[in-house]
Parts: sequence; structure tokens; C-alpha cells
Amino acid sequence: MPSWFHAFADKYLMWQEGPMIWGSDVLILLVSIGIIFTLTYFHKWKWLWREWITTVDHKRIGIMYLICALLMMFRGGADAELLRTQLAVPNNHFLTADHYDQIFTTHGTIMILFMAMPFIFALFNIVVPLQIGARDVAFPYLNAISFWLFFFGAMLFNLSFVFGGSPDASWVSYPPLSELGFDPGPGENYYLLAIQISGIGSIATGINFLATIFKMRAPGMKLMRMPLFSWSVVAASIVIIFAFPALAIALALLMLDRVVGTHFFTILHGGNPMMFVNLFWLWGHPEVYIVVLPAFGVYSEVVATFARKRVFGYSSMVASLMLISVISYFVWAHHFFTMGAGADVNTFFAIASMMVGIPTGVKVFNWLFTMFQGRIRMTLPMLWTIAFVPCFVIGGATGVMLAAAPADYQYHNSYFLIAHFHQVLIGGVVFGMIAGMYYWWPKMFGFKLDERLGRIAFWLFNIGFYVCFMPQYALGFMGMQRRMYTYPATMGWNTLNLVSTIGAYVMGIAFVVIVVQVVYSIKHGERDLTGDPWDGRTLEWSLPSPAPHYNFAVIPTVTDRDMWWVLKEEGRTDELRPKAKDIQPIHMPKNSGRPFLMGLSFFVAGFGFVFVWWPLIVLGLAGVAACMIARALEYDDEYHIPVREVQSHEAALGRLS
Amino acid sequence: MAVPSGAMPSSGGHKHKATKYIVGYASSLVLTAIAFLLALVKHTLPVGPLVVVLTVLAALQIVVQLYFFMHVTEGDGPPFHSVFLILGLLFTFAIALMSVWIMSFPAFMAQVG
Repeated sequence: MPSWFHAFADKYLMWQEGPMIWGSDVLILLVSIGIIFTLTYFHKWKWLWREWITTVDHKRIGIMYLICALLMMFRGGADAELLRTQLAVPNNHFLTADHYDQIFTTHGTIMILFMAMPFIFALFNIVVPLQIGARDVAFPYLNAISFWLFFFGAMLFNLSFVFGGSPDASWVSYPPLSELGFDPGPGENYYLLAIQISGIGSIATGINFLATIFKMRAPGMKLMRMPLFSWSVVAASIVIIFAFPALAIALALLMLDRVVGTHFFTILHGGNPMMFVNLFWLWGHPEVYIVVLPAFGVYSEVVATFARKRVFGYSSMVASLMLISVISYFVWAHHFFTMGAGADVNTFFAIASMMVGIPTGVKVFNWLFTMFQGRIRMTLPMLWTIAFVPCFVIGGATGVMLAAAPADYQYHNSYFLIAHFHQVLIGGVVFGMIAGMYYWWPKMFGFKLDERLGRIAFWLFNIGFYVCFMPQYALGFMGMQRRMYTYPATMGWNTLNLVSTIGAYVMGIAFVVIVVQVVYSIKHGERDLTGDPWDGRTLEWSLPSPAPHYNFAVIPTVTDRDMWWVLKEEGRTDELRPKAKDIQPIHMPKNSGRPFLMGLSFFVAGFGFVFVWWPLIVLGLAGVAACMIARALEYDDEYHIPVREVQSHEAALGRLS
Repeated sequence: MAVPSGAMPSSGGHKHKATKYIVGYASSLVLTAIAFLLALVKHTLPVGPLVVVLTVLAALQIVVQLYFFMHVTEGDGPPFHSVFLILGLLFTFAIALMSVWIMSFPAFMAQVG
């Protein structure tokens, strides 16, 4: 091996670090070769480019988000299993301390920003236009840009593991630890740039869906006739638009500190590290509402459908969604009660934090009352929804315990906190996303996921969840702190940690079962021929599965909440079947490869910033500018689908009357 | 051909004149330049009044953006944007003022002051 290669391999490829890196290199290589070979062998490159990479169709963008979210759940989950393996027994050296730091950092960052965010965006994209009777989102081109920014941000973040080193200052990355002096190397830069790039995409998605819902509802669909999932998207979008800029600023300032030597967050030269903590949580707390509000929307849809009842207290559901989205801005300091901001500050934020529990409680009671005296069908989405209720209630109750500022001095950064936030984020967000995935899967792909395998996964996941996280509450009380690399055998923590690790493995097996379920169902899943497999209530179920690319041949006129259900009750479903004479040319956006190229340019620039290689930075930013200029000069970006094509498509689906 | 039921909202015609954008661009540049000069050149103003002046300049900057580039005074349909403007102002003030409140705790002030 030539010496320059040796130096390169040690510095950037980290080959001296051992088998984990080698294994990842080999796996990445094999998967890449596999993908390239398959695409070439089946002549699918053109198909990939035309149908997926350049698409501006919200349904396809949603499916791509979903695939990414599941892949990232695998990566984050593998990180979690490594962490739990390290903590299974005392004095363990399964991982080195450095690796442990890197893995808990990537676990947290990936699960929040590269798993939960794309998962909610997947559902936004797939469901919202269908539910409000629109043909696409307000800005389809921007939507594609959002996806590719997220995609390349996630790529950049994951690349760090095999090229240059992972970030290791935890997912919050507080300075001064994350400043250059204490954390040299590219890892932290990867964190800053990857989140910055995908964050730009997230802000655009928030704007896009707010505009879509306010401007593009079908005639007659007043706001108070809108399905609750779409309402939850309104609430989440508002929070995204106002919260993400704070994160962008915090990350940009920290990047300036690291790349060009400013002093925003150092004590030297008048900077202040606590300001980063303040800015981070200005975004960080609203962020948890961003991911949980769409999950609340899913539960509302699922409960109403499978209890065969209208949602109980629709207007109070809407009001509590809006209240949560506003109050969520006034609670951020509860993440750093122990900073010492004083009794007045802590009291205010403690009370505000407890207040958030009120609208959330209203929602929980509304779901329970919707189920009350309903004829409940225990399908997979309903199972996850029912499991969510006790899980979230326990998580909420421990949250109120943490919100009591004086008591928080005891719980702060202990395993009690870890158990709490995993319980609300898994019990609230992940359960909701999985329920939503099962619920809308037939609408995306035209078949149901296998019920039996799904039940096995459900029980494994739920049992594993409680076995994993209940011991952690106790461990927190017994003094175990978060981010501990290892612990001595005399602390009395051994049994509980081992139990917790077993629970984590059971959850891992559950994830594998879900993967098996998806693969099995592609071939053997029950086909959805009616377009309404669940006996649904809202407009998306009036369409065939999967929906045609223009969604609605004729835009429906809405006269009621739960429109589709009312029509079915009154035997008027034919009203939503398109009539040949009503079909007009459909105005659609053209596909474009530019969003992909723009994401790629951002990736190049981001990679340049990570290693401060100016040629790459200039090249990447020039690419971004070129894409924007080309878009500004583009006039021919729309087309019309002719009437005859729509008619023949609808006739082929057997819907034309 | 404008089909109202299309996939995209109608763009509402291209009625904006370039002069408005040029005036807006120039005034935002001037406002930025003043702020930078005040901050970079030493001893232009004592710290207290300087903070007030910079805040006022920032507020003017918001007005320029909203009026010249985002056309808040124009538009058709229900005025959703005014609700969101009020919400945005509420959040901006809450975030800015409460950050000052949080960050000016005694231990920290003793260190900087």
C-alpha cells in the first residue's frame, strides 16, 4: 500500500479503527454494486430518472420520503441496539468511549431529523392533497426541492460514519463542547451542515402545505369541514415555519465559530454558549410538537374510521391543535431549568409546560369518547392507536413531573428523562406514524399489509417497548445519568440495565418482522380493488388505489364533514364518479430534474464546508445559483392533460359514468 | 388557458412593476449599511441607545420586506396572511424578549458586566 494511501485511509477512512468501519465499508460497497447492477440489468435507469428522480407528483415524493424514513429508522435503530449492548453489563468495553459518543449522537439526530421528519412529510404528501380534494400541493416544484434537500442532507450525515468521522457532541451539540477547541475534526461540521441543508427543505415544506391547505381546498370544503389529519398538518406547518429559522440561525452561528473563527458561543470575546442552548430549544421544543401533531391527526382519522363514528368533539379537537401549536412556543426553557436563570423564569416556563398538557388531555378524552359505544374493528392501525393511549398518558404524566422545576433538578439528564422522552416520542410519534403507514398503505400501493405478521410485530414491539423503557425510569431515580459510557458493578444497576437491553432487542426483532411483513405483502398482500379497503370516511377513499396521477378527474364539491361516509350512508357515491361530459383538460406541473441537481449542489457545497475545501464550496454554491437562475428563466413548466386521455384513464379504472 | 380547477393556484397576473422592487432593494441595502456602520465604527453611540436604534432599523427592515417584496397590502381572497402576520409578530416578540429575560440571569450578568 503506498504511503499516501495509507495516510488518506487513516485520516479520512478511519481504517485503523477496526472491524465496524470495515464492515460498513464492505456493506455500503455491496449495496451500491447491487443497486447499480439491478438497475442496469433490468434497464431501469431511465425509468428511475423519469418516473421518480424528476417527479413533482406529491404521491411519489411521499413514497420516497417513506422509504427514506424506514431506512433511517433502521440506521437509528441499529445505533440504539449498539448503545444498549454496550450498557447491558457493567464495565463493558464492547464499544470504545469515542464510538459510544458518536453512536448516541447519530442515534438522536437521525431519529428526530432524518426519521421522524421524513415520516411526517411522507404522510403530509400522500394524504393532504387527496383529503382536501386538490390535484397536487401549491408548489409542486418546491416540494421536489424540499425532498431532495432532505435526501442529500441525510446522505451527508450518514456519510460521516465512513468518511472523516461521525459527530460526537450529542444531538443537541452544546458549545463549548462542540466548538473547535474541544471537538476538532469534521464530525461536528457534518452535523451542522446536514441539518442545515435538510432544515431548509423542512421550512419550504411547512410553507408549501400551509399554502396548499388554505388555497387549494375543493369547493365547499370550509375549514371546519376539513378532516382532522389536514388540520394537524396546518398546526404542524405553523410550528415548522416559525421554529425552524431559530435552528438555522443557531447552526449557522456555530458553523461560523468553527469555520471562520467567530466567537458567538465562546466565553472569550464576549460570546455566550448558553445562547446556543436557548436558540436550540427555541426550535427544539416546538420540534417535538411538529412531529407529534401529525401523529395526533392520524389517530383522529383511524379512531373515527374503525369505531365507525364521527370524531367526538371535532371543534374542540381543532381548538386544541391550534392551542398546542401556540403554547409550544412558550415552554422551551424547561429543557434547561438547571441553567440557573432564576425562580421567576423557571416558574413561568414550568406553568406553561404544564398547560400544554390540557389541550393534549382534551384530545385523549375525545379519542376515548369516539371509541365509546363505537363498533370497533381491531385492525392494525387501530391496534397501534389503542396502544398509543396508555403509553402516551404515562409519558405525559412523567412529563408533568419533569415540568415541576424544583423536582427537575433531581431528574435532569437522568435516565428518568430518557425514559420519558422515548415514551412520548415512540408512544406518540412512532406509533402514530406506523398506524398512518398501515392505514394509507393501500392508498399508496394498492394492497394491504399482511394482518397476521403485523400483529406479531405489534405485540413484539409493545412488549419490547415496556421492557426496555420502564426499567429506565427506575435507573434514573437510582442516579444513572444519560450519555454514560459504562458503569461500575457496585451501583445496583446491573439487572435493570440487562432487562432494558433485552427489551431493546425485542423491539429490534419487531422491526425485522415489519420488514418481512412488507416484503411478504408485496406478493401476497390483499389487493385493494375498491379504493376503500377500510370503509373510510374522507375524500381520499373515494379514489381508486393507487390514485391516478391527477388525483381527481373532476374536483368534487364538498357539502359535509366526512363527505365520503355521508355519501355512502345515503347511497349517493355515484356523485363522486366522474361523468364524461364534466371532464375538462387538467392543468399539471411538468417534471423537472433541477430539484435533484440543486440538492446535489447543496451536497457538494455542504461537503466542502465540512472539510473547509473552498473549491468544492464555490462549485456547489455556483450549482445552486445556476439552478435558481435557470428556474427564474423557465416559462414553460406546466401542461394540460387532454380530456380524451383523462376519459380513457378513468374508463380503464371502470369509473366513468 | 386558465383552468381554475388545475393543480396549481392561479398566479394572478404579472402586474408588479420593476421600480417597486428596485426601491425596496435599495432601501433594504441602505438600512443594512446604516446598521453595519453603527455597529462596526467604534463609539458612534453609547451601548443603550445603540441597541434601541439597531432594533428600530431591524423593524424597518421587516416593513420593507413585507411591503416591497411580499406585497402584504395586495392580494385577493380571505386575509389569512394578516392572521399569520399577527401570530408571527407575537412569536417574534415572545422569542426576542423572553430570550433576553432568560439570558439576563444574575450569574451570567456578573460575568459579562
